[in-house]
Amino acid sequence: MRPIVIAALLAAALAGCSSTPEEEQSPAGVEERQPGTGAAAGGAQPQPVKPGEVARVDLTAGKPQAPNPLKDPASILSRRSVYFDYDKYDIKDEFRPLIEAHAKYLREHPEAKVLVQGNADERGSREYNVGLGQRRSDAVKRMLMLLGAKEAQIESVSLGEEKPVCTESNEACWAKNRRGDILYQGEY
Amino acid sequence: MRRLAAALATAVVPVFASAQLTIEITGAGAQRIPIAVAPFAGEAALGSGISAIVKADLERSGLFRVLQLPPLVPVPTEASAVNYAEWRSRLADALVLGSAAVRADGRYEVRFKLHDVVKGADLSGVAYTLPREQARATAHRIADYVYEKLTGTKGVFSTRIAYVVKRGSRYELKIADADGAGEETALVSLEPIISPAWSPDGRRLAYVSFENKKPVIYVHSLADGKRQVAANFKGSNSAPAWSPDGTRLAVALSREGGTQLYLINPDGSGLRRLTQSNAVDTEPAFSPDGQILYFTSDRGGSPQIYRMPVAGGEPQRVTFEGAYNVSPRVSPDGKLLAYITRTNGRFQLAVMDLASRQVQVLTDSDRDESPSFAPNGRMILIATVIGGRGVLSAVSADGRVKQRLTVSAGDVREPAWGPFTN
Repeated sequence: MRPIVIAALLAAALAGCSSTPEEEQSPAGVEERQPGTGAAAGGAQPQPVKPGEVARVDLTAGKPQAPNPLKDPASILSRRSVYFDYDKYDIKDEFRPLIEAHAKYLREHPEAKVLVQGNADERGSREYNVGLGQRRSDAVKRMLMLLGAKEAQIESVSLGEEKPVCTESNEACWAKNRRGDILYQGEY
Repeated sequence: MRRLAAALATAVVPVFASAQLTIEITGAGAQRIPIAVAPFAGEAALGSGISAIVKADLERSGLFRVLQLPPLVPVPTEASAVNYAEWRSRLADALVLGSAAVRADGRYEVRFKLHDVVKGADLSGVAYTLPREQARATAHRIADYVYEKLTGTKGVFSTRIAYVVKRGSRYELKIADADGAGEETALVSLEPIISPAWSPDGRRLAYVSFENKKPVIYVHSLADGKRQVAANFKGSNSAPAWSPDGTRLAVALSREGGTQLYLINPDGSGLRRLTQSNAVDTEPAFSPDGQILYFTSDRGGSPQIYRMPVAGGEPQRVTFEGAYNVSPRVSPDGKLLAYITRTNGRFQLAVMDLASRQVQVLTDSDRDESPSFAPNGRMILIATVIGGRGVLSAVSADGRVKQRLTVSAGDVREPAWGPFTN
């Protein structure tokens, strides 16, 4: 019975992945996945158990080590980017679960530290854009603290328009660059 | 090693030359002084052709029209008697004659004389003694002399400019002569470098480097390459501006949240907060007397230029037209404010007469950034984008004269015109 449950969970997780809004993905070099094709192509789909047969459960073979939740693609903690609307600096509702998860992690790991890097699109003054990126990283920091992270755990900085993940001059690209990224110590 | 590098550079002249800034004149003043610059007798010994550099400098300023001359036999020198009627018939208003000669000690002597052809008068001249490698610098000094005598304004041909070149993932902070020659690299980094600012004595640059994954302000001594952190507080450290006496920097810091203006000593001591707002306050620029700080702030909802006394006091708004006015720079005489204004989605260089508040947009481009005045106030250097590439452009404060400075492979950006150093 248990493999069926796992299969269902896996399928749900994969479905969750493929329905992630486009702008939440790292735009550079990430393969677009069509909904539904991911599981079939990935070969990770558990075999359905035929009635009357016994499914073997082996806890010793290939037991995955407890994955680092910060890196585990199945964990919301592996998602690090918060996107902002043009000229806006409030955290959109769709990114609240992400920030709540990181705030919880920081609460549970008081030794953990993060650098929040704010970014702006390319239009206008480079230095004013440093200010706008700072406003975005400050917004992420503020919400993390509101949810119980300590100020000493978080540094919010700005990269302005200097580190774009998308370099074309159009709105789709600019939207990807209006972003705050959460980096844990050791990642920067 | 240096000699070898020089030899290699000579051997691959086209490549070397194309790596430098090249300047193209795209507009000139309405009233240009017609001037004749005769070849300097014996200048071939100096290699780089003194008279050719003087002509290029004067022509590029947009204030002179350098006349084409027939071959002059014999070549006149500063010692020659001048037939003013003959030069008047060539339509010259001014005439430069000179010579170069090697001395017994191996150094060179360059002499020149400037003549007012219209009045038929000798405006005097100068003699320089120099080593061979100072030939270009000497030519710039001659051009400065001629420019000042004939326009009443100090020339900027001997000054230097700083800028950042981005090639692939490399960022290089460069220093070059105002004519783009003699380019040298002060700093190479794999992370962005922005906002270079010259110390008033021209020996140091303050700038923002992202080498630590966040903006940090450094003060960089050009002669020995020594770098000192001026501001690396928690958060972002950006937008350095030197006080005119060189003792302090105005900077934008986010150490207390938001982006606010502070004063700090170049060695990182003596921090003092200047602005108190919930807005982004950034891009400080001192007035030439050091009393007033101009800056960009969005405290009124959109980014606009404000000013406040450095000693403290309530900021006053300076720009009112349009919803985006940023990057203020005050002219050396304190009378003009150059800044970037957005009109119909296009970012363009504008100049405001601070007394009358009259505004003039000087360019017709889309992506102007980072204005900086030449130390004589005549030209404004900006970064802009042409054909998808970052280039520099110099525009006269009346908008008439335009020059474009490009490098062959890469984007040029973040220009800063250096001070007078002599």
